Amino acid sequence: MARLIRTEKEVEGRYTEQWVVVEEDALDQWPAGPLETVGRDTPRVDGYERARGEAIYTADVQFPGMLHTAVLRSPHARARVKRIDFERALAAPGVRAALGPASGESSGGDAEASGAGAYTPDSSASAPYSSHVLTDEPSFAGAAVAALAADTFAQAADAVRLIDVEWEVLEPLLDADEAVARESLLEEPRRYERGDLERGLGEADVVVEAEYRTQTLLHNALETHQSVCRWEGDTLEVYISTQYIWGVRSGVAKALELPQDKVRVVCNFMGGGFGAKNNAGDYTFIAAELARRTGRPVRCALTRREENMASGNRNATIQRLVAGARADGTLTALGGEFVNAVGWDGFSASTSGPMQLLYACDNVRTVDYGAQLNTSPNAAFRAPGFVEGTFGLECLLDELAAKLDLDPLELRKRNYSDSDLVDGRPFSSKRLLECYRRAEPHWARREEVRARSEAPWRRGVGLASQVWYGGGGPPSYAWVRVGSDGRATVITAMQDIGTGTRTAMAQIAAEELGLPLDRVEVALGDSARGPFASISAGSSTTPSMGPAVRAAAADAARQIVEIAAQRYHLEQRVLSLRGGHVVSADGGSWPLEEVTGLLGSGQILGKGARGPNPAGMRVLTFGIQVAEVAVDVETGEVRVERVAAIHDVGRIINPLGARSQVEGGIIQGIGHTLSEQRLLDPLSGSVLTQTLDAYKLPTIADVPELVTEFVDEPDTHLTNLGAKGLGEPPIIPTAAAIANAIRDATGADVRSLPVTREEMLRALREARERETVAARTS
Amino acid sequence: MLELHVNGGTYRSGAAVGRSLAETLREELGFTGTKIACNEGHCGACTVLLDGVPTLSCITLAHTVAGREVTTIEGLREHPLVDAFVRADALQCGFCTPGQIVSAAALVATNPSPSREEIRHAMSGNLCRCGTYPRIEEAIETWQG
Ligand code: FES
Ligand code: FES
Repeated sequence: MARLIRTEKEVEGRYTEQWVVVEEDALDQWPAGPLETVGRDTPRVDGYERARGEAIYTADVQFPGMLHTAVLRSPHARARVKRIDFERALAAPGVRAALGPASGESSGGDAEASGAGAYTPDSSASAPYSSHVLTDEPSFAGAAVAALAADTFAQAADAVRLIDVEWEVLEPLLDADEAVARESLLEEPRRYERGDLERGLGEADVVVEAEYRTQTLLHNALETHQSVCRWEGDTLEVYISTQYIWGVRSGVAKALELPQDKVRVVCNFMGGGFGAKNNAGDYTFIAAELARRTGRPVRCALTRREENMASGNRNATIQRLVAGARADGTLTALGGEFVNAVGWDGFSASTSGPMQLLYACDNVRTVDYGAQLNTSPNAAFRAPGFVEGTFGLECLLDELAAKLDLDPLELRKRNYSDSDLVDGRPFSSKRLLECYRRAEPHWARREEVRARSEAPWRRGVGLASQVWYGGGGPPSYAWVRVGSDGRATVITAMQDIGTGTRTAMAQIAAEELGLPLDRVEVALGDSARGPFASISAGSSTTPSMGPAVRAAAADAARQIVEIAAQRYHLEQRVLSLRGGHVVSADGGSWPLEEVTGLLGSGQILGKGARGPNPAGMRVLTFGIQVAEVAVDVETGEVRVERVAAIHDVGRIINPLGARSQVEGGIIQGIGHTLSEQRLLDPLSGSVLTQTLDAYKLPTIADVPELVTEFVDEPDTHLTNLGAKGLGEPPIIPTAAAIANAIRDATGADVRSLPVTREEMLRALREARERETVAARTS
Repeated sequence: MLELHVNGGTYRSGAAVGRSLAETLREELGFTGTKIACNEGHCGACTVLLDGVPTLSCITLAHTVAGREVTTIEGLREHPLVDAFVRADALQCGFCTPGQIVSAAALVATNPSPSREEIRHAMSGNLCRCGTYPRIEEAIETWQG
């Protein structure tokens, strides 16, 4: 029976209270360990389509008569459009329509001055129209101001340069500390306290204090943000590269005042998102409006440069931290002031989260500030807040360990928390100690690694722990259809953003139906073709969708057994599905299609829903990584040579795909630690690193030896699967593990990301000065 | 009219002078397996073979390849590397993958058993944001079965 409950819903570490209808989850979990299909290495079911270039991504969607769009984006971080004139642009070859800022949308400038009066729609087909996502008061470089549709992208891009704009350039606010001082904040500061920080510091034998900084990072999924919009009668079809089909559907319906079912959202294959594609985005509204005006399908695709100016980022942080401990390593105090340089819009991620959750410390006080700046809005980026906060916290712990002269792994074990101290709830499962145990052989390599140092290279080993969400939740639904040919199709309007969830869902359905994997299809990616499905963010797709798919498959299996029982005059309880057959306890066996064949053209239709999360429990994921580095102490070059990762995310559905996820997370983490950084012009606030030669992504040559392990034990409290999400955990501890290895190798404390050669040399200099002072005083 | 030789076939194209090979392949001839991720020569997603040599089609003008043999991923669909990539899980979102496979095909055509260093050298122009690099190495090391 469906139950209406009021529950906390978590996405990317952000909680909201809401009503959710949940259905009971009546299935017992499968036994732990590899089963027939689940728990076994499974190449992607859509691997060939993708590898052979047959998969149609949003970038590949083409319709007859489709127009292309170019967007005029503000070159200024803060400015006002005094006058805008489309005359020359509209006269350019191939241009079909123009959009400008909505008049009256912006505060301040009157219609005349803002230019809105210059393009009031008239009866001529080519007059510009307004759209609510365009602004005449851009508050960050890259904000969309106007757009043109033309027969080709080249024509649109050429014509955009012919839009005449007169700007009033204003002084931007770019410094996060200054924003906090001036109370330019996106939300109230978030304060958290348990115990008494001052008392805890008073009880400490050793106190460390440090300031850490992390940089702004750009997602750079290889498929840029884009949509193709097409009106079919009164229905708007949106083909979009997205992580959340249903979020786009409701967002577009709301903004355009359409009934939700008049918006169809399609995303069959998607070229990466990493958190930046959770919403519709300005491009979708631009394409939809231009499609309405022209009666033609319209593509609006960001160029790589627009992508890096305006499509979201992992915001920079400043973290002022303090930790105190007794001589035996018991933490007595943890405190932090976290400044998130959010940007003009977006959200203040919980950078303080790891400090609150990871250790059993009685006295903790944190405050998060979300600074509003004239920079582009942030967007969730693979464990937002926790990547940054873990860098600060786990480096601080190692600085503390060094002062205490205690083994860093031992320090972490001594402060192990058995329950969630934030709200007193027990964990649904936590196998971090097991992760620590499995980390020991990797950690034990450090004598040998250090011994391999040879001038100018110094080698060392560092580790860092990880905590994150990843339990998913209701609502999410799936259907499973079994035809008379004994083949099954999973139908649900979820999306596979590249993480391999399509494959995981096929495995789960195959397991429950006792079918070989090649007899299961997965139909996803279309809001008109399946029920509501979870967002692919917050490591939630597998833990949200997997149980729904299993429930749907079990419902179909039950119906098949009912039919078989009647056909073969047996009791239902002696029948089960295995190896593509209906088998009975006494050894009878009938091919599945013999039973489903009775249906003729009819079908079995099973339906399933995601059950509730375990009441009164905290569902989290855990892990540890051990990094080995080499540092050239003369040039400051840092090379990561090996990373071992051990994660606890409950049951692993597809070990092959799971290893790929972990490797990908670590590799992104290495980029974050060593090379990636969005640079702004400090005066104008414009983005300097717009291209992929300026913004340094890791290449194949940067990849160290990677070792991946999973605890792989089902969370017995969580759903019918016991599986948690894995998309985000592996990127969380990488930066801190590398920084701690650098300290182990050189004695230098790197406190600012990325660890460029300048930062490395600065830290080395500081360490040398410290040694000199220490030698003099002793 | 421009005459293009693609994957063994001959195509007539009305591509304007100045139009890139990548756009011509994708938008005019329907070879959408060739991806565009940066459109300025920095990522390798658009890699095709030009007389067997890996070439960035987004910064190659269509009119400069008349009379030469262009091979896209569509022309390599039966290449054993495709199998090797899928087996080794050398793709996640798959957007970079056609370009990766085209680059790898050029490598193994001249050097069927490349060393790890040779693989890294030949493949370092193909970016993968999902981080499939270790799997790509494995796929190229094992493509001969
Ligand atoms: S699309 Fe050609 S190199 Fe990036
Ligand atoms: S597989 Fe996604 S970019 Fe390479």
